Amino acid sequence: MNTRRSFLKKSFLGSQALVWGVPVVYGNEVPEKYPFVGKWLADPEMLPGKNAGLKVLGERPWNIETPPHLLDDKVTPADKIFVRNNGLMPETIDVAKWSLTINGESAKTTKSYSITELKNKFKAYTYQLTIECGGNGRAEFNPPAKGNQWEVGAVSCAKWTGVRLKDILMDVGIKDDAVYIGYYGKDVHLSKDPEKVVISRGVPIAKALEDETLVAWAMNGEDIPLANGHPLRLVMGGWPGSVSGKWLSTIAVRNVVHDGEKMGGDSYRVPCEAVAPGEVVPDENMCIIEGMPVKSIISYPKTGALIKVGQTLPVRGHAWAGDKSVKEVHVSPDFGATWQKADLEGPANRLAWQHFSAELKLPATGYYEIWAKATDSDGKSQPMVVPGWNPKGYLNNACHRIAVKVR
Amino acid sequence: MMEKKNDLLEVLKKATGALIGILSLALILSLGATYLFFFHKPSPKPVIAKQETAAPVAKVEAVAPKAENGTIDEETGFIIDAGWELAKTNCTNCHAATLVTQNRATREGWEGMIRWMQRTQKLWDLGENEAAILDYLAKNYAPENKGRRPNLTDVEWYELEGTK
Repeated sequence: MNTRRSFLKKSFLGSQALVWGVPVVYGNEVPEKYPFVGKWLADPEMLPGKNAGLKVLGERPWNIETPPHLLDDKVTPADKIFVRNNGLMPETIDVAKWSLTINGESAKTTKSYSITELKNKFKAYTYQLTIECGGNGRAEFNPPAKGNQWEVGAVSCAKWTGVRLKDILMDVGIKDDAVYIGYYGKDVHLSKDPEKVVISRGVPIAKALEDETLVAWAMNGEDIPLANGHPLRLVMGGWPGSVSGKWLSTIAVRNVVHDGEKMGGDSYRVPCEAVAPGEVVPDENMCIIEGMPVKSIISYPKTGALIKVGQTLPVRGHAWAGDKSVKEVHVSPDFGATWQKADLEGPANRLAWQHFSAELKLPATGYYEIWAKATDSDGKSQPMVVPGWNPKGYLNNACHRIAVKVR
Repeated sequence: MMEKKNDLLEVLKKATGALIGILSLALILSLGATYLFFFHKPSPKPVIAKQETAAPVAKVEAVAPKAENGTIDEETGFIIDAGWELAKTNCTNCHAATLVTQNRATREGWEGMIRWMQRTQKLWDLGENEAAILDYLAKNYAPENKGRRPNLTDVEWYELEGTK
């Protein structure tokens, strides 16, 4: 990843800043441990392997989102899958030596498996699973929420192949008091301190034991892209992407709610009780996000379409609903004054997104917005405005819309 | 006489020892230089870094090109304004500059982010520069009221092909 060119550019910048005489304040421990080298650019090159049309939010750590019109594929291809990294990707990966260790106070024993052992010992399954970043849509919160300003494209639905986590856990044996699992991966903390854990999240044991919860080594029939967790990761559809730990090395079976990095504070948690926008929420009133809310995107046409009067506008996209399924999708050409029911396909399997399509007749020339609204199997729909404000800007499932002009 | 001989021997021993030491050092240095010259691949932890961080930097201030307030620093995307160099120096060592520029917050909000980074991400004490950094961020990256749903902006219009 670290090309010669970018290295040169960065070290040049480092020395340039010195020449300019920027006063550098270093605390006690800074100079040796955090060398003044990495100037991370405003306009970085695209991460190798990703489509040039994706939007880089940051290169350290890599955070890249997919514009909705590039999510038109029913199965998201590798080059169009968003990247949400909390730390740096592992620098060296030896697949042959990679192992997954199961431990924790509620594991009956500690066991390690190589990837070959996982493949040989357990049955492999393939599921198409929707992974959406918990902060997808953060950019619209008001007052603004801190963090990467995701718009709508931090979502994907690829085909993942691996073994069921429950088969591994049954092989190890779990105690009756098991309530949670927590993962650990091989990513590197931004400070490069090897002692610091980048992110270690988890799920209640019930989610861990679902059929579709995989320890996966392949995506769309190929190796998982490095930035998306190669060579091994957890995949749990319908929950914030952060539960699907990448570069997976350890799973701890816990007798308490997992207390790893980014399980507490504002991270992946929202006020248990709704708050007014901007309110300060004490830690004890924050609850961990579980299933994601119902949501949809219009993947075709791309926003900005110009059509001629009398033409029919074809619209299509995907809808998903966390642990639930999508019952209906409606589209509106008039800001919700009228809604037209779209055709909706069933999911490829549980926790996979569903495809919708509709043909819209736009009555006259002028500016239109096409809004899509999905409804889940419990009858809950997407809001048209940005819903429940929360400190870190999670769970914005407001309707997606595109602009269209009829001339 | 014997004593003197022994002394001489000692001196010779010491001189030889010193010579060996110097030669070893030279060998190590040249090997190091050879390694750096031929084999050193770009790594996230370059060897030069320590020296850079430790070097006194205040002397060469005159070289700095004067950028105009309100323009954008090409390297980081930071808005040029009082305090921007401090932000650049302190806020882009561990993470992308865009993690700063894509965010909007009040002074208190930015301070909260700094405290969070100090608590969990090993950000150092910003010392007397903290106030200037906070002033810079609060002024240039202040929240705007976006309401409940902003208008669609930056739409690139194009002819949609293949419609009936």
